[in-house]
Amino acid sequence: MTDALVPILAATLAAGTPLVFAALGELVVEKSGVLNLGVEGMMLCGALAGFAATVASGSAAVGALAGLAAGAAAALVFALLTLTLQANQVAAGLALSIFGVGLSAFAGKPFESVALPAPQPFALPALADLPLVGPVLFAQPPLVYLSWALFGLVSWFLYRTRPGLVLRAVGESPAVAHAIGYPVIGIRYLATLFGGAMAGVGGAYLSVSYTPMWAENMTAGRGWIALALVVFATWRPGRVLAGAYLFGGVTIAQFFAQGAGAAVASQLLSSLPYLATIGVLVLISRNPNVIRLNAPVSLGQSYHPDA
Amino acid sequence: MRYLSPLLAAALTILVGYALFSALGRDPLAALHAFFVRPVSTANGVAELLLKASPLMMIATGLALGFRANVWNIGAEGQLILGAICGGGVALHLEGAASGWGLALMVVAGALGGMAWAAIPAFLRTRFNASEILTSLMLTYVAALLLSYLVHGPWRDPQGFNFPQSRMFDDALLFPLLVEGTRLNASFLLALAVVAAGWVFVHKSFLGYQMRVAGLADAAARYAGFSATRTVWIGMLAGGGAAGLAGLAEVAGPIGQLTPSISPGYGFAAIIVAFVGRLNPVGCALASLLMSLLYLGGEQAQMELRLPAAITGLFQGMLLFFLLGADVLINFRVRALRRAGPAAASAGQAA
Repeated sequence: MTDALVPILAATLAAGTPLVFAALGELVVEKSGVLNLGVEGMMLCGALAGFAATVASGSAAVGALAGLAAGAAAALVFALLTLTLQANQVAAGLALSIFGVGLSAFAGKPFESVALPAPQPFALPALADLPLVGPVLFAQPPLVYLSWALFGLVSWFLYRTRPGLVLRAVGESPAVAHAIGYPVIGIRYLATLFGGAMAGVGGAYLSVSYTPMWAENMTAGRGWIALALVVFATWRPGRVLAGAYLFGGVTIAQFFAQGAGAAVASQLLSSLPYLATIGVLVLISRNPNVIRLNAPVSLGQSYHPDA
Repeated sequence: MRYLSPLLAAALTILVGYALFSALGRDPLAALHAFFVRPVSTANGVAELLLKASPLMMIATGLALGFRANVWNIGAEGQLILGAICGGGVALHLEGAASGWGLALMVVAGALGGMAWAAIPAFLRTRFNASEILTSLMLTYVAALLLSYLVHGPWRDPQGFNFPQSRMFDDALLFPLLVEGTRLNASFLLALAVVAAGWVFVHKSFLGYQMRVAGLADAAARYAGFSATRTVWIGMLAGGGAAGLAGLAEVAGPIGQLTPSISPGYGFAAIIVAFVGRLNPVGCALASLLMSLLYLGGEQAQMELRLPAAITGLFQGMLLFFLLGADVLINFRVRALRRAGPAAASAGQAA
């Protein structure tokens, strides 16, 4: 029984990891009151940059850093538009997604026929030998461990540190934070860049580690699922993590169902993650109070300091 | 400034295009000429321009209705696919029995298909408060998978050498050509009709007025008793219906059958068209010409400059970025402050 379970659980973690990165990043962005709908575009930029850098350098670590930088650069464009030029956040986020799809498809053409060697999982000594949990949790690619570290860091930062408190205050009431003397726009810049960097790492994980190749639009909507996850998690890091693995599980279940020869068309199984996203969004949103009490109050609204 | 900013954005896009072509080692002027002028230098090219602009102007007009009221339907691509599936499904069932009614029936089926797909996010938003941005986008992926299932499975042409595509539709079920020798067909007139209907609705009807109020001042609309639920429904159904029509026009026009990929991202490009067209039906029609030119330019760049056709998406995204950036000039006045310091020459507030 455990023998059958191990590959499923390990694959679930691996499939959920890009969502962990992207959704935790977006969580921090939204906590500061900024709604960046460009996650899909930033992930694609990160995926391409990560793949290209890994091909050039031969090192997956360099690839992850390149993905981080590319995601942050894409987020910088968004931040310039919405924070400095006060553009509508929804429109600018859509623009970033469309631009990221176009840019990565254009720049990625030469990489479409390139293949990377499949990375070896990095087994943590001693821990990986534990029964069941060992091979599931501790024989994963390094970025999976980093995603857990990110989870710890984000939870600790948001709820246990003073800067985290300030960031949340900016998201709840930018006018008050400004009146006390905090640089609202600067803080939102930092949060947005962080979110972009994490989306970029999530994308790089996809193209370097999860499926070591580049294909146009390879994120297949994961950026949008990450956005939905943040709502689903009612803006709480722990629930983001759980939600990401839930979606990883849905993705994997579809592969195992196909492998087991389920008598359903593969396309209908492939649509499961998207339908599941709609399902959980409906479940969590149907009570408006849950959203109202948990969403950062200024989410999606521009703030102009001397207004 | 409201109408200058799209022009400014287009100019900036061309400027960056110039820099991009130079950086890629192409002669920038020749490349820009190939991208923006060559495609429309023949009558056939102009026909192609109008052909590609048709779906864009239809969808953008429909989407703009919703965007004005803060209803963010970004799943037009999926609604387009459903329009193609429903309209195409009718065409496949009318095989042989085609009459003058066939095409009309397909048009209705296409519009209803798009509306039905858009009704799902509308229902989830009004009944369950779920964000229509995310649900409509998720349904786009589902729609693409549904189409893939149909053309790989039940609707596959038995004589199609196992290609994933349906039978060709009867000639009588295709839009008649407007200009012999080109691919421009009567769906262009349909697109113009949609734009006209959109203009009348936005500017001349009480419902359109209510939706504009809802977008500009949500609280005022509520106070006046305008139904927010109705606003969402109309906004979503207008976009969905228009996208469904556009999808049907593609399969009953230049494509002539159902294939796994029937749109080069018209549903997403139309979002840009709607913004560049200032959420105004006439503006959308003009902006759709520009966006259509970007598609043609991308194809030309692929043939002539050996650049990936994906360059179209790059230009589209840039255009929207520059537009949103240039819009700052609508709401703010740039002025140099007398006070020295880092704040000098920052955007001062006005209006």
